[in-house]
Amino acid sequence: MSTLGLHGLWKLTWLEIKIFVREPMGFISAVGIPVLIFVVLGRTLGQRLGEATTQAAVQLRVGLPVFAAVFIAINTVLSLVAIISIYREGGILKRLRATPLAPVTILVTHVLVKLLLTAITVVLMVFAGRRYYPAGADVPVVAFALALLLSTWSILSIGFIIASVVRTARFAPPLGSLVLGIMLPFSGLFPIDLPPSMELASRAMPLTYAVSLLSGIWLGNPWSAHLGDIAALLVVFAVCTLIASRVFRWE
Amino acid sequence: MPAAPVVRVSGIRKTYGGTVAVDDVSFEVQPGEIFGLIGPNGAGKTTTMECVEGLRQPDRGRIEVFGLEPTTDATALQTRIGVQLQEAQLQKRVKVWEAVDLWASLYPTTVDGDRLLDRLGLSEKRDAWFMTLSGGQKQRLFIALALINDPELVFLDELTTGLDPQARRAIWDLVRDIRERGKTVFLTTHLMEEAERLCDRVAIIEHGRIIDHDTPAELVARHCPERSVVVATAHDDAAAHFRALPSVDTVTDEDTRLRVHGRGDELVTEVIHCLSRHRMHVTEFRTELPTLEDVFLKLTGHSIRD
Repeated sequence: MSTLGLHGLWKLTWLEIKIFVREPMGFISAVGIPVLIFVVLGRTLGQRLGEATTQAAVQLRVGLPVFAAVFIAINTVLSLVAIISIYREGGILKRLRATPLAPVTILVTHVLVKLLLTAITVVLMVFAGRRYYPAGADVPVVAFALALLLSTWSILSIGFIIASVVRTARFAPPLGSLVLGIMLPFSGLFPIDLPPSMELASRAMPLTYAVSLLSGIWLGNPWSAHLGDIAALLVVFAVCTLIASRVFRWE
Repeated sequence: MPAAPVVRVSGIRKTYGGTVAVDDVSFEVQPGEIFGLIGPNGAGKTTTMECVEGLRQPDRGRIEVFGLEPTTDATALQTRIGVQLQEAQLQKRVKVWEAVDLWASLYPTTVDGDRLLDRLGLSEKRDAWFMTLSGGQKQRLFIALALINDPELVFLDELTTGLDPQARRAIWDLVRDIRERGKTVFLTTHLMEEAERLCDRVAIIEHGRIIDHDTPAELVARHCPERSVVVATAHDDAAAHFRALPSVDTVTDEDTRLRVHGRGDELVTEVIHCLSRHRMHVTEFRTELPTLEDVFLKLTGHSIRD
């Protein structure tokens, strides 16, 4: 990318951040709601964690942060799907494409903005969670945040496919919710035993690897224990990006 | 020797699925002129223009802009052209100055953004969000974005569609101003009045094919030589006197007025001389000259608004 291209990427990213913050409802729902749900769940369930000796409590201690993390990732992806379809329908993508900006720069901008959003939400969640997780200090927050960014980045590529195939801005977010919602029960996020056939389906769901990575990192596992998850997420990203680049429509 | 054309389009064809959008279209745009591609909605104007801009690849045919091939030499071309797209929008909450600033950051050479906004009458709207601008202000902002890189060739696609007559006239002045600054303008419009007032040369396109192209005046002279003079007079033999004139075809009686149909440039002069020769007392005198609208009707058999 030329210096002019990098300059354009930076300008556009900064502009998109400013525009995003100017829309209070969008900002509150994207950042506020995951944190709010986390706080409410933590408040209702957290008190019982004090005497965390039972199996259920341990599961909850791991499950809640991971649940919140996956929620953030999904929220981020849905927000990307929404913005891309709105920008396409409004002809904004087309107008930007008729400039020396490389098409990929326009899309990278949105990924950067959404990843930043994820990072902000994680930081807020960690601060909010301190009250309910006194032990949070030992938790590898930085590694967990990195794992979440990697997971989000990977799932964003699924979002791009959804944004590519759905024409109208009205139907893109519901379809996104549906696709990601279907993956949730299979992802291992909930402590349920899957029948063998479902187990197979679970292996095909990208979200499963995100949940596995996030849970492991939260428990303090080293990155090396999750190379399989990371590889799977990278494969998902590569395959979905390839598909998206073939079917993506600018108008 | 005339200068080389800025745009040279030869035999392009573009289909979408089974629909032929543009078929065997050829034309040239000369430096320093305002060239208009005119025709009804869906005629293939925008498709043709977007092929020339490099946003679409024609299935067949050749396009050269400054001697470059638009899709393969896109980067080299983009710094020399300015583009305003039909029905494009910007982010709702982007401020006017921010859009200009972003666009300015994308090109190696640019004009002064504030001065440009001033020239387009947008200085007061500098800090306004895009969504709060009126239709005319949005179009002026899009003109500003098209001019920020000081382009040699400016594309304007249906620039004044949806604007009120006053805003439209203001935009026309801005387009003439672009030409005065030595730039070439390539525009599309379905408004025949706009084409007639603004364009040095036009090409009429319908169903993806160019029917004819020339200056508006030449097109009118070629396809619609008929013209008429409407005269209100109490003189008894007026109709007979008019019928005797060489350029007159027919004279029809419309209540208190006579409509004198004829052809050629001499018609009006002959009628005036006839009035004076016979000392006719005239209470109303009006000429009706054909317009591009009539040319379109004649060539296609229907009005451009149908």
